[in-house]
Amino acid sequence: MDITTDPQKPAPAPVPHQPPGKDAKRAARGATRPGDRIFLGLSRGSGIFVLVIMAAIAAFLTYRASIAISKNEANFFTTLEWNPTGTPPEFGIAVLAFGTVVSSVIAMAVAVPIAVGIALFITHYAPRKLGGAIGYVIDLLAAVPSIVYGLWGALVLVPHMEGLFGWLDEYLGWTGVFEWNQGAPRSLFTVGILLAIMILPIITNVSREVFRQVPRMHEEAALALGATRWEVIRMSVLPFGRSGVISASMLGLGRALGETMAVAMVLSSSFEINLSLLDTGGGTFAQNIASKFNEATVMGRDALIASGLVLFVITLLVNGAARMIIGRRKEYSGANA
Amino acid sequence: MAKRIDVSGLNAYYSSFLAIEDISMTVEPRSVTAFIGPSGCGKSTFLRTLNRMHEVTPGGRVEGKVMLDDENLYGAGIDPVAVRREVGMVFQRPNPFPTMSVYDNVAAGLKLNGKFKKSELDDVVEKSLRGANLWNEVKDRLNKPGSGLSGGQQQRLCIARAIAVEPNVLLMDEPCSALDPISTLAIEDLIGELKERFTIVIVTHNMQQAARVSDRTAFFNLAAVGQPGKLIEIDETERIFSNPSVQATEDYISGRFG
Repeated sequence: MDITTDPQKPAPAPVPHQPPGKDAKRAARGATRPGDRIFLGLSRGSGIFVLVIMAAIAAFLTYRASIAISKNEANFFTTLEWNPTGTPPEFGIAVLAFGTVVSSVIAMAVAVPIAVGIALFITHYAPRKLGGAIGYVIDLLAAVPSIVYGLWGALVLVPHMEGLFGWLDEYLGWTGVFEWNQGAPRSLFTVGILLAIMILPIITNVSREVFRQVPRMHEEAALALGATRWEVIRMSVLPFGRSGVISASMLGLGRALGETMAVAMVLSSSFEINLSLLDTGGGTFAQNIASKFNEATVMGRDALIASGLVLFVITLLVNGAARMIIGRRKEYSGANA
Repeated sequence: MAKRIDVSGLNAYYSSFLAIEDISMTVEPRSVTAFIGPSGCGKSTFLRTLNRMHEVTPGGRVEGKVMLDDENLYGAGIDPVAVRREVGMVFQRPNPFPTMSVYDNVAAGLKLNGKFKKSELDDVVEKSLRGANLWNEVKDRLNKPGSGLSGGQQQRLCIARAIAVEPNVLLMDEPCSALDPISTLAIEDLIGELKERFTIVIVTHNMQQAARVSDRTAFFNLAAVGQPGKLIEIDETERIFSNPSVQATEDYISGRFG
């Protein structure tokens, strides 16, 4: 922690042998103006407010979840059932965890390379005007509400996935993962593709900003060694932007993990783990909560809240992991250049 | 290795702005040529035309001829990337690749040029670092990031990186202006050694430095702000600083300009 920015830390007293009274303490802190005090109070208050909200959400989730889990007769993490109102109540999150992770991983695998490509094109290849225009369209894409993506996904994307599914089945069907039994393509894979399109703008935007900030002198260093444009990107732009791209991806992953409406509208859900990703079935945390919440009893809601708590924890873990990746090679990052 | 540079009738533009006008000069191989002149007179721009770095600036373009021995750098079919592999450059601020180790920084240029065996790379890295008088300081930390070195060491690392690919010419754009006097001295000594192997062109604002390191000195000036920079004269360094043939040069060197 940087001591010099800590407002709590009193400056050394100018007259050390003065008896420590209230006035002396105030004098030691230096003159404070009303404006400073008000602003300090406001900003400190805002900071504390965030923590309070975070703690309140965590406490609420934990409390309601613990009620449900204490009544659960089955293993919460491994059970493939969702029957919180049965006798005895049995429910587990394995299916939801699988569906959420798989659809998000597909989304990331598709979106990150494309987003980085678009960002590089805008910043380093496209003529300035074209780059600006593309950036503007990407910004618009980010502002489209997820319900619209859901509509488009269900009405346009799903019917058009059949060709791709057939191709995947023909050439990669032997893996088992891409086996397709000709069902409607409302599967986790389609959800992953839709999520990829939804998170593309945010990853592109953040990556573009990072690539734009690459110091000119790093690029010139590569150029002067006789690097081609691609080599300049590989030697100075990508290494400099690496941590930024990771952060951008995590923002996108956060959205993919928590996306509800679009997933609920596209996925033909069922409570099972199906390893062939092209076949219908499976579910995600958010989609499951949205589909079941309205008709759920109190116990059913508490069980859904327990699954929400798991999603909350997964998101925290993902963010923590991203920070570790960024921090691990900090001394090599462009920040200390 | 070292080659002669022969420039004739060179104009450089930023979009429609003529930055330097009608420059002709010859730079001898295995010598140090210093460019001096007031800020904005185009000496850095001119330097960057010698390895076709000027044209990476948006709107930058060049007219005229730059001969490297018998080859016109601006001739048809010449690849600017290939030119930059032959004409190395060291910049004003030390710019080692921050994400690379000391070793990888020096090897960066070689890796661009093709596949090398690890042992070959090791040899070139050691030779280049020795050539840049840096080996003894970094031999135990070759795998530490290059950005962790001091400013002077970073600049010598950049020189090692530039000479690792054995260029014919080494361009230096105010290489000491961000360094303390002791690091500056180290670089100046190094320049004296490097001129045995390379043709060196150095831009400097420090006239004592020009006098100390260079064999020949070129003085650039501009008539007024917004006017193109021009080469006023180029001559033996000793002559430029004792008895220049143009009055403007003497005024600049003795501090009576403007």
